[in-house]
Amino acid sequence: MAAMTQSTSAILSVRGVGKVFPGVKALQNVDFDLVPGEIHALLGENGAGKSTLIKVITGVHPRDAGRVIFNGTDIHPQHPGEAQNMGISTVYQEVNLVPTLSVAENLMLERQNLKWGFINWKPTIAAARDALATLGLDIDVERPLGSYSVAIQQLVAIARAVALDARVLILDEPTASLDAEEIKSLFQIMRDLRGRGMGIIFVTHFLDQVYAVTDRITVLRNGQRVGTFVTADLARIDLIGHMLGRELAEVSSHRHHDERGFTGKGNQIQIKNLGRKRMLHPVSLELSGGEIVGLAGLLGSGRTELAELIFGAQKADSGLVFINGEPVMLRSPQHAIRSGFALCPEDRKQDGIVAELSVRENIILALQGRRGWLRPIPGAEQQKIADDMIRALGIATPDREKPVGQLSGGNQQKVILARWLVAKPLFLILDEPTRGIDVGAHADIIKLIKELCDEGLALLVASSELEEIVAFADRVVVMRDREKVSELVGAEITQSRIIEAIAR
Amino acid sequence: MINERYYPLLATLAVCALLYGYGIYEHRAFSDTYVLGNLLTDNAFLIVTAIGMTFVILSGGIDLSVGSMIAFVGVLMAELVGGFGLHPLAAVVIAMIVGTGFGGFMGYLINKFDIQPFIITLAGMFFLRGMCFVINLDSVPISHSFVSDFGSFRIPLPGRGWLSASALVMLAAVIVGIVIAHYTRFGRNVYAIGGDRQSAELLGIPVGRTTVQVYALSGLFSSLAGVVFAFYTASAYPLAAVGVELDAIAAVVIGGTLLTGGMGFVIGTFFGGIIMGVIQTLISFDGSLNSWWTKIMIGALLFGFIVLQRLITRSFSGLRAGAG
Ligand SMILES: Nc1ncnc2c1ncn2[C@@H]1O[C@H](COP(=O)(O)OP(=O)(O)OP(=O)(O)O)[C@@H](O)[C@H]1O
Ligand SMILES: [Mg+2]
Repeated sequence: MAAMTQSTSAILSVRGVGKVFPGVKALQNVDFDLVPGEIHALLGENGAGKSTLIKVITGVHPRDAGRVIFNGTDIHPQHPGEAQNMGISTVYQEVNLVPTLSVAENLMLERQNLKWGFINWKPTIAAARDALATLGLDIDVERPLGSYSVAIQQLVAIARAVALDARVLILDEPTASLDAEEIKSLFQIMRDLRGRGMGIIFVTHFLDQVYAVTDRITVLRNGQRVGTFVTADLARIDLIGHMLGRELAEVSSHRHHDERGFTGKGNQIQIKNLGRKRMLHPVSLELSGGEIVGLAGLLGSGRTELAELIFGAQKADSGLVFINGEPVMLRSPQHAIRSGFALCPEDRKQDGIVAELSVRENIILALQGRRGWLRPIPGAEQQKIADDMIRALGIATPDREKPVGQLSGGNQQKVILARWLVAKPLFLILDEPTRGIDVGAHADIIKLIKELCDEGLALLVASSELEEIVAFADRVVVMRDREKVSELVGAEITQSRIIEAIAR
Repeated sequence: MINERYYPLLATLAVCALLYGYGIYEHRAFSDTYVLGNLLTDNAFLIVTAIGMTFVILSGGIDLSVGSMIAFVGVLMAELVGGFGLHPLAAVVIAMIVGTGFGGFMGYLINKFDIQPFIITLAGMFFLRGMCFVINLDSVPISHSFVSDFGSFRIPLPGRGWLSASALVMLAAVIVGIVIAHYTRFGRNVYAIGGDRQSAELLGIPVGRTTVQVYALSGLFSSLAGVVFAFYTASAYPLAAVGVELDAIAAVVIGGTLLTGGMGFVIGTFFGGIIMGVIQTLISFDGSLNSWWTKIMIGALLFGFIVLQRLITRSFSGLRAGAG
């Protein structure tokens, strides 16, 4: 039905928009129409130009060519505030809130309840609570935002955008760090808003979500529009074809779990009763070189906490870690790195990326750290390492010297991953490694991880994507309520078994 | 549990209470309201300057021009009153308009050309100091009955002390500062910009306009400080208030405001200024100590507060993990 509607009735139209960044044509002659009362998916590979299109519409970046028509008139917003005031409400890709302000303030900035020109805090804070309640979130809104998890921060950002009561709502990968329940309530809200005639643009890399909630799909590839389709009429395989411009070589998905015996091979890592009061009940776990252990569980189940305790980012108050029977001191991340451990964290904006440094510098950072700063890696070798990784992971960048901050979100994630992969640790912990990464690159990354394991790396992967865990883990540890509740091996590793363990 | 944002403020209050308590314990005279009244009067211009500085630092910037502004405002008023025969109140209005305008102009340059505030306000500092000498080379008195009335105005306090006009202006400025910081959208936007400039922009905050306003506000407060200073000394001197910008920054930091912006309180700055005054008074009461000990004590306190801030910002990520 929505697709029948002609562009004349569109609330937001984009005509012939172009945008060039140094060395990249991020958008070329892009057309796009959003009608009231539809949820419109904007899809494409990492670096296809989705976020750039959104930023051009909302005035974060000036456009080089084309028109943006909102509600029948041409608009030229100079900054995001202007677009917001016109009635275009946006959640940008990274969580873009102020960590030092309270949750309530983040929700109510520029919209505080005023009385004679001065802020009236009581109704302001009450309104903030109401905004969160629509998403089923009940937290202390007067605590600083930065003290909450990424998932909660993302929900706050969504709540803010929804509460703006706009004509158009734009959500750029809002579900990247949400769990299934939270996604469900977000979709319910999106459907309600659609029912009230709002037009919603929704960017995601999860195709299930596209089919669950959207009416139409526009696909971008290399900054150009491939086409707009009615979701119900487009088969998944065709959609992937449009996004990649090629067929997706089927990933040799399931590892043959029971074929290999890991005992005795490579390094042995033993974690004994590692825990910390109020953070994590003591957990024991053994891994050997070449093995991939999946860490499953809902958000807040203790996955991230376990990773941080092993790495020394948080101090454990009980337990020990042994490598080949030798106890290791894990007082700080530096100790852990020196012992050959590596952690690729969940929150890339806060803990991972150095936005001003180039792709090459970001990639060699951990390797250089392991060698010590007194033995610099020769320039030619650095370039080779960086180029190899750019190719292996398909990082979309004009050259290796581009500042990482200028890459698309998914490509930044690939750079962090590359950093830890080249450091060749003996034990690598990945926390949500494929968040925001497109379907094509997903397969490449899993392939690369498997190769590294064949060379003797021990790997612990925390992920909320069960499909991914099932695809490559040799063993799965299930966490619930900050406790290890189950361990599945070999043929036991199926999605349903994991869900059962989580839910029990 | 107390919100972690209040920790630095609590530390400031504790230090203030400790120092004052120590003074009372050591010297009986310290408990007299006379000491309090003098503290408020002698540090009035510093605290007024530091309030403007608080907003600048909260926004993630710095303003080095405030000391020169104080001298410039004095020299300008002396010229307006002495040379042109204006009433001092008219001179105050003109001086504060000029000061606010100059601050806003610096903010405009910082925003428009995206230059480090450090550089622009350093230039402003030299420029204003130079302008003082263009107007006047020497120290001149500002003689007018209004000025002497201002100087002799006093509200008695219980005991031997009193509140001077300078102290009253300063207390009013503190209240205005608190209201702007906590009860206006502008104030909250300043905190947001200092907390994360890029996010603030994406949240729709008018970052450019707010930046201009922040430096204009600092110009307003520092020119008010200049007025207080000129009336308090009843004179103008081109080399007055050299280095006050650094004292103001110290008061803000000792008052618990994060040097990188985004967190802090105007009331903290008030106590920061008082702490610096108490240290000075303690050392002069002691008599045996060289007055440079004031600087040493303030230096030590600054170290302490910067370390404290570091610990608090770090505890943020720790908390996040706990909440995850
Ligand atoms: N500020 C910038 N400066 C320079 N180049 C940029 C900038 N922002 C984006 N680009 C480039 O524009 C291209 C499109 O990036 P964009 O962020 O729009 O991709 P995306 O489709 O949102 O990808 P993802 O799925 O990874 O988020 C990329 O090649 C990126 O490197
Ligand atoms: Mg993007």
